[in-house]
Amino acid sequence: MDIGKFLRKLSGKDWGVHPDDHKRPAADARVRALPIPPRVHLMLSQHVGAPSRPVVLIGQKVLKGELIAAAQGNISAPLHASTSGVVSAIGEIAAPHPSGLSGMAITIDTDGEDKWIDCDPVADPFALSAEEIARRVADAGVVGLGGATFPSSVKLNLGRRSSIDTLIINGSECEPYLSCDERLMRDRTDDIVAGIRLMLISTGAKQARVGIEDNKPAAIAAMRAATSGHAEIEVVSVPARYPMGSDRQLIIELTGREVPADARAADVGVIVHNVGTAYAIQQAVCLGRPLVSRLMTLNGAAAAAPGNYEVVLGTLISELVAFTGGTRGEPAKLVMGGPMMGMRLPHMQIPVVKGTSGVLLLDGYEAADSEPDPCIRCGSCVKACPMGLLPLEMAARIRNDALTDAVDLGLKDCIACGCCAWVCPSRIPLVQYFVHAKGELSSQDRAKLRNDATRKLAQQRQERLEREAREKLEAAARRKAERAAQAAAAAEAKAQTKTASVTEGESA
Amino acid sequence: MTQVDLQMPSGGQAVASPHAHGGNSVRRTMLQVQVALVPATLFGFWLYGWPAFFLWAGTILSCIAWEALSLRLAGSARVRPTLLDGSAVLTGWLLAMTLPPWAPWWVALVGGFIAIVIGKQVFGGIGQNVFNPAMVARVALLVSFPVSLTQWVTPMPLSAVAGPDFVDGLRIFLSDLPMPDAISSASLLGHVKTELSRGVDMAAALGGAHAPASSWLGVRPGSLGESSAGLILVGGLFMIGTGLIGWHLPLAMLAGLAIPAAIASSVDPTRYLGAAQHLLSGAAMLGAFFIVTDYVTSPNTRSGQLLFAFCVGLLTWVIRTYGGYPEGMAFAVLLMNAMTPVIDRFFKPRILGRDRRGKALDLPDSERG
Ligand code: SF4
Ligand code: SF4
Repeated sequence: MDIGKFLRKLSGKDWGVHPDDHKRPAADARVRALPIPPRVHLMLSQHVGAPSRPVVLIGQKVLKGELIAAAQGNISAPLHASTSGVVSAIGEIAAPHPSGLSGMAITIDTDGEDKWIDCDPVADPFALSAEEIARRVADAGVVGLGGATFPSSVKLNLGRRSSIDTLIINGSECEPYLSCDERLMRDRTDDIVAGIRLMLISTGAKQARVGIEDNKPAAIAAMRAATSGHAEIEVVSVPARYPMGSDRQLIIELTGREVPADARAADVGVIVHNVGTAYAIQQAVCLGRPLVSRLMTLNGAAAAAPGNYEVVLGTLISELVAFTGGTRGEPAKLVMGGPMMGMRLPHMQIPVVKGTSGVLLLDGYEAADSEPDPCIRCGSCVKACPMGLLPLEMAARIRNDALTDAVDLGLKDCIACGCCAWVCPSRIPLVQYFVHAKGELSSQDRAKLRNDATRKLAQQRQERLEREAREKLEAAARRKAERAAQAAAAAEAKAQTKTASVTEGESA
Repeated sequence: MTQVDLQMPSGGQAVASPHAHGGNSVRRTMLQVQVALVPATLFGFWLYGWPAFFLWAGTILSCIAWEALSLRLAGSARVRPTLLDGSAVLTGWLLAMTLPPWAPWWVALVGGFIAIVIGKQVFGGIGQNVFNPAMVARVALLVSFPVSLTQWVTPMPLSAVAGPDFVDGLRIFLSDLPMPDAISSASLLGHVKTELSRGVDMAAALGGAHAPASSWLGVRPGSLGESSAGLILVGGLFMIGTGLIGWHLPLAMLAGLAIPAAIASSVDPTRYLGAAQHLLSGAAMLGAFFIVTDYVTSPNTRSGQLLFAFCVGLLTWVIRTYGGYPEGMAFAVLLMNAMTPVIDRFFKPRILGRDRRGKALDLPDSERG
């Protein structure tokens, strides 16, 4: 045990877990490009924010990189054809979702030529203004490729507005099994560095720190060599432990700053981007190429050819698996993303999206499914939680339907990293509890909003009725008063006539 | 809102992440603790002969039987998995370690009943109990049958000719005959207590077989598995090494016992036992590594654990020194078990991004100027 680890253990700052990383041999295999499939299915919602709006018609011919759906709203991203072909359908298909929900997608029958539109390369990208870089990034549909899929341009602009001093590049890739970021750092090192420099310009940050876990020495060496001429970019080797790649944890590790609860990284002068995003930004700004393909990892004991693959967006997972020689035995679990936070998929007829960092075909041993036992209060989950929560207590509250108590214990601070469930000897699906409770809370919030709205409507109606009644009464009173006035006037007139006639009579 | 039974998600599989697991299980955890108990236990068998072995086996069997019976009566759907998780075996084993090695069969039977039924199942089974089941049984037995529970035998190793053979051992275990004077003896703490009350001074009371060196080795009268401090330490270090327990609990408990002992004995060595004797005798070592480290009945957070264990040590010293029972550890543990929920309420980890009271941290505006 090295001394650092020992000290951390002593001081109790030993958050997180140390799963077997399972990265090799997949990480060391040469990257292969997947041939263009006969069809691609591009989900309209593959980023955080509003889904993009189709701007093509069925039957329309499109080229690779052509805009097929535009961003709508402040937080959104456009979508581009990932290869050349003809738009054959716009409709619902099975989306990347654990329960196999469907989502809107544009389907393109590919022509196999993979012909690009005329891209718009820039001769000297580093002379571009910050706004121009962000605009090109936005137009290229670049989103956070670490899995968060937040539109990158929004983050770049936010950085410029909120006085960021440090740009953090997340190359930690702390999820086991995945190695696409590592591959990218080893194979496209210079492009990534160019992307980082562009991001520095665009955010206005003075320095960049690239955090890479120490289980990727080759990536660290390559990145160090490529950044040696750039004093503003520092490559830092961080200890390999999960979830090092989580924003708050990485920010502490690299800057010592703790992001307050309910605040954003930008509030402490930091912004975090993934290395894959840096690469996509370089492609978008320097070459004018929109985000239409990505590097992703295929791994797991049931995968026939574990490795990293260059895949055009919209390729069905079944195509990838078929190309790589099928499965080795029946996979017990199919996961999109990493084993700790990835999403379990019901079948393989699901397209690759921008956030797909990998597909895992886990065998029964790796999937480690078994029935939960009762909690033995061992405290392992407490020790493992990187957020300082009490998973066992939160789960107990949720089991008793005491959601507010669970919130008081910090439920909303839970990042669903899965450390607690991973260590739990009783194999209690703790994250499932938390996800369920958060869902329950947000639907309660929605119901409350609805109730409030209903109550407001009812109140307005009541007020309107009262007002109308009041007005009616007033009108009636007015009319009555008018009538009374008229009557009085008439009576007076009559009296006057009478008096007049009397006077007349008298005078006669 | 519907009550979701997430204990057993439909289809037996969780859909939420993570999709892999560290591989630990309740069964494995319990087994590892049992492995850690093996050296001290084997030594106990060697030291006290066959009756000790029968007591050990009897106590474990009795715990398993009571567990099975209560699960059956409660209509549990998980009788088999619960029995297989090894927690009843561990409870029985730990209880046996604290018993006089030649205790008769009914001690095992009643002890198992108290530990499993009253100490655990009444609270709702594994993970729900407030008190350490083995300690509940130990204390209940001691209070109810003080004579039988303080019959210590002089060590007569298996190799010794005078020791009972297999059949004799079984007879001793099954018959409940009063122990012949020749082989009965007092434990160190009991001995000191009586000698002091007779006005004998500490140095004289500690003469002969009660010297600390024999405590490390463990060749002395005492409970089945508490005699050899060294072998318990070996098991304890094994558990710390495998990450089964932290070092906090044992260290804090031993400190809680040793510090007052050292102070008191340096003030008046004729009346107070020194730290070494306290640490090496009675259930101190067993308690530090195997009892206060019990998951269920100790606090969840490190700071809470430190406080908990230190208080157990301190109370043990107080009870041993001033109380009626020379073996104070079990009482101290039960007292602190009752405090665990309170400690857990006050000692919570700090949530990242929040202060200790749960308020979000302030934005560091000034720092960035
Ligand atoms: S409680 Fe949430 S943040 Fe803590 S370990 Fe579990 S999933 Fe991660
Ligand atoms: S890790 Fe599992 S068994 Fe241990 S305290 Fe947490 S929830 Fe309970």
